[in-house]
Amino acid sequence: MTVTSTPPAAPAPVRRKRPISDWWNNLPRVQQWLVLVPLVALVYLLPVLNPPIITTQPGYDFPIAMFEVSRYALVAIGLNIVVGQAGLLDLGYVGFFAVGAYVMALFTSPDSTLHKLPFLIVLPIAMVVTMIFGVILGTPTLRLRGDYLAIVTLGFGEIVRLLADNVDPLRGNRGFQSVGHPPGTNADGTALFNNSDGTPWYWLCVTVIIIVLFLVGNLERSRVGRAWVAIRDDEDAAEIMGLPTYKFKIWAFVSGAAVGGLSGALYAGQLGFVNNQKFDVVTSMLFLAAVILGGAGNKVGVLLGAIVVAYIPLRFQAIAEYKYLIFGLALIILMIFRPQGLLGARQRLLTYGRQAYQRLLGRGEQVSSDGSLASDTPGEKA
Amino acid sequence: MQRARLTKIFVLAAAGAISLSACAARTDSGSGGSDSSAPQAAAPSAAADAADPAGDGKAQCSPTSIAYAGTINGNNAALGINILNGAKLAVDQHNKANPGCQVKLEQFDTEGTPDKAPGIVTQIVNTPGIIGVVGLPFSGESKAAGNIFNTAGLVTVTPSATAPTLSENGWKTFFRGLGNDNSQGPAAAKFMTGELAAKKVCVIEDDSEYGTGLAATTKQALGSALACEDKVKSKQTDFSAVVNKVKAAAPDAVFYSGYYQEAAPFAQQLNDAGVTAKFVGPDGVKDDEFVKGAGDAAANAYFTCPCVPADQFTKFTDAYKAAAGKDPGTYSPEAYDLATILLKGIDGGKTTRSALLDFVKTYDGQGLTKHFKWNDKGELAATTVWTYKVENGKIVRNTEIK
Amino acid sequence: MSMTHDLSSFVLAQGDSWITFDVKGFVDQFWANTIDGLAYGSIYALVALGYTLVYGVLKLINFAHSEVFIYGAYAVWFTFFGLGFRPGVTPELSVIELIGFLLVALLAAMAVSGGTAVLLERVAYRPLRKRGAPKLVFLITAIGASFVLQQILFIWRGGNAEQGIRLVRNEPVFQIFGAAVTNVTIITIVASILLMIAADQFVNRTKFGRGIRAVAQDPDTATLMGVNKERVITLTFLIGGLLAGAAALFYMMKIPQGASYQGGFILGIKAFTAAVLGGIGNLRGALLGGLLLGVVENYGQTLFGGEWRDVVAFVLLVLILMVRPTGILGESLGKARV
Repeated sequence: MTVTSTPPAAPAPVRRKRPISDWWNNLPRVQQWLVLVPLVALVYLLPVLNPPIITTQPGYDFPIAMFEVSRYALVAIGLNIVVGQAGLLDLGYVGFFAVGAYVMALFTSPDSTLHKLPFLIVLPIAMVVTMIFGVILGTPTLRLRGDYLAIVTLGFGEIVRLLADNVDPLRGNRGFQSVGHPPGTNADGTALFNNSDGTPWYWLCVTVIIIVLFLVGNLERSRVGRAWVAIRDDEDAAEIMGLPTYKFKIWAFVSGAAVGGLSGALYAGQLGFVNNQKFDVVTSMLFLAAVILGGAGNKVGVLLGAIVVAYIPLRFQAIAEYKYLIFGLALIILMIFRPQGLLGARQRLLTYGRQAYQRLLGRGEQVSSDGSLASDTPGEKA
Repeated sequence: MQRARLTKIFVLAAAGAISLSACAARTDSGSGGSDSSAPQAAAPSAAADAADPAGDGKAQCSPTSIAYAGTINGNNAALGINILNGAKLAVDQHNKANPGCQVKLEQFDTEGTPDKAPGIVTQIVNTPGIIGVVGLPFSGESKAAGNIFNTAGLVTVTPSATAPTLSENGWKTFFRGLGNDNSQGPAAAKFMTGELAAKKVCVIEDDSEYGTGLAATTKQALGSALACEDKVKSKQTDFSAVVNKVKAAAPDAVFYSGYYQEAAPFAQQLNDAGVTAKFVGPDGVKDDEFVKGAGDAAANAYFTCPCVPADQFTKFTDAYKAAAGKDPGTYSPEAYDLATILLKGIDGGKTTRSALLDFVKTYDGQGLTKHFKWNDKGELAATTVWTYKVENGKIVRNTEIK
Repeated sequence: MSMTHDLSSFVLAQGDSWITFDVKGFVDQFWANTIDGLAYGSIYALVALGYTLVYGVLKLINFAHSEVFIYGAYAVWFTFFGLGFRPGVTPELSVIELIGFLLVALLAAMAVSGGTAVLLERVAYRPLRKRGAPKLVFLITAIGASFVLQQILFIWRGGNAEQGIRLVRNEPVFQIFGAAVTNVTIITIVASILLMIAADQFVNRTKFGRGIRAVAQDPDTATLMGVNKERVITLTFLIGGLLAGAAALFYMMKIPQGASYQGGFILGIKAFTAAVLGGIGNLRGALLGGLLLGVVENYGQTLFGGEWRDVVAFVLLVLILMVRPTGILGESLGKARV
């Protein structure tokens, strides 16, 4: 059967009503923007508003907590390219994050012997270096499938951390102090971007997230994005269809790595200090948890997931002894009740999807989550 | 038949579980590690008038707060809790004795990692009621967040961060309650080649800044006496390859530069392999946990520590045990001393951040562990390194390294 | 331009100081390292079996298995404590007494670990299976469960490791090529291999084992053929837990200070690596992978220095998977995999 034969009034079987997403998808672009702009403005204002109940105080400074959350969100978007879009289980993503942080430290900290460069110049350098690492790690490993890929990436992530530990110029536990930050000063002459004021960093990070979301969104709807979905859903079939899967997998790895490196560099800048702590397997798992919890493959979902993963321990900071117990329970309970993630990924048309849905269904998007529409769509060039 | 066998296993397993639940009791380790039966050297007499947090009991002040910032739940949480309990004891004793001056000890968990520290420290700095801080325990987090304290002019006294470079940041608010790694390393080398008469020494270090920094100064001071060296990772438990290496080198002494958690299994595995060399550890190893944990191997152990032995520790030890339910551990006495100094300042009417900072800067007095007087960098003016040994399962003082 | 200059000098100037090659030490200590590596490796292997069995049946990486192991270690410690032994004192026991006490500890550890594994399956995995959750989700509940199990220990027992209690000294019994073989080493290796043979026979010879293999091969068909899938899954977790409990006893005999709330983590990662090395889902592969990893780690440590120990382990993993993408012996519990 094809979709065109189904009248618009009776779409594919509806398993669960999604009133909000349904409403949202049926809005015209302009109205979507009208909703989005105030929402984004609210997001920007959060650290200034410091709303009660949501605030992490008195345990943890709220603007810095917000930066932490946004940093996790950026990481989750990057990892989502690898895990959610291309379906490559990467347990060593923290390695890319570490590379970004170390590049930033090496080129800006006075503790390093390298030439000093300004923060804003090192930011793209960090991304490029991380992408190179993506190629280096991806080339041998991406021939592996599924869980073997998972364990090898885990191994690589650990190797990166251990190199930071063992290789003398990377200073191990001693670390790099006074890592660079973007230019700008406050009225009293102190640096605008410093490690005790999270707000400017949060704004910077949210801006970066919005830009990255745009780029990733476009990438997702492009030929590359469709290739990733094809690989994720059935690698063998994609290969048979003539898709150079290996090449596209490396692309996914490298794109993900770039975002990971970017977030690592921002992290290093905000903290002002980089050493070998916090690039371990557990951190990597938490990154992955953000993606899965939010709903792998769904950009908005992984943002929510990142918020949960980063925010819960900070929210319960004041009850230090129990916060990780609460966090662990929250992970289990959330996953049991939302196995597909907070916002699961749905099968849908990608390129010209909006137009196609309008033509075929007379509204924004199908409600079904079983993907019958997308999988029956002919004429999608890989 | 298979089923029958399986059932049998279940029954046995259940029996095991019952016997297990019947004995789930908390350990009580032996009494404190300081009242020595055969002292080798006299403790400094000045220690008798160590500062007491109780003061004269007549202090008057408006309710005010000091804070503990450090790990409570996270890496090396045990060390952080030692410090927290030490500081808490001082505050409790103070508050009990001085009804007119109630000081609150606020607790902040940095998890011992640099990435959490700036958020926590900013929160502390932005809490106006907090006028002094005990912490941060580790060098990494101190490097990440020390500047925030400095900008806010909030005094910090650290009972355990020993990285030498910390005092070279120009921070006006940083005070270290013990000698840094530069003072202990050469002293340890001197002790091993001198008193222990070691011709060959193996230095094993962990991957912490404390361990690597201390090992570097020790190795340098050892010079040609260094017979072998190796590195281990924190949380490592199997040291067989290191043990084999040490065994092949046949040293007279092994210096483990790290913390007691790894030192205990390492010392035991060395001992099991028949290595009879003296086992020497720094203050990170000098802990009752090590003595109990290392078993037979502990008898052969010596410690170096930039802390003065104090015989009236008994009073502190008893009070600590009553309050925390266990023996004081590494850095508990230091934390007690440092919290006491802050409390003395508050009792003296120094209830603003700047006043308390000035008070600590000019402080000159005896504590349980040592004499406290800081130079302009926040290093103790005079640090002495003492050695300790194990006698009858207890850590007792040995000699002062001069 | 000046930048490239700095970069090259930075690599060259320090290039030889942070890694060394101690070939002489490697040769001298070869046998000692081999024997110690085999002992530690057999502990890896026992824990690896738990990963491999669960993976074989459910295609699931049970990341909380390290916690199953450490609960066994705590059970050993509490059993020793409950039997009246105390930290720091090694008692003089007759052989019969010793065997008796060790058996009690073994049973306690196996019961606790087995129980933890089954409970874990019930609470964290079964509800997800019922809901047909995607495979990755299990990974996240495993992480959540891992946090919870660790934190329970932390809140209950605190951050310090339990002070080591041991019943028997690690004493040399005989020598191979000048390297001492100790009593604990012998017990560990022999008992581990016996347990692994038992597990292998159980899976390959018994009715339950046939059920496990059937579900591993094709869960749906197995269900149609009358295999109770849920029971098989519970049984799989139970066996994995029992073996982890046994591993915990040997571990605690070798390293009495091993019971700490985060103490299972590194060993778990290593055991999982061992399982993948040998071919995950393959019982004999777990044995081979465990022993190989234990030995190679020790060699690597002596050759390059202690800080490279873990790097050597992971590089070995990557290299082997490059050559043999499904591990040394390949997957075999379900024979074939799509």
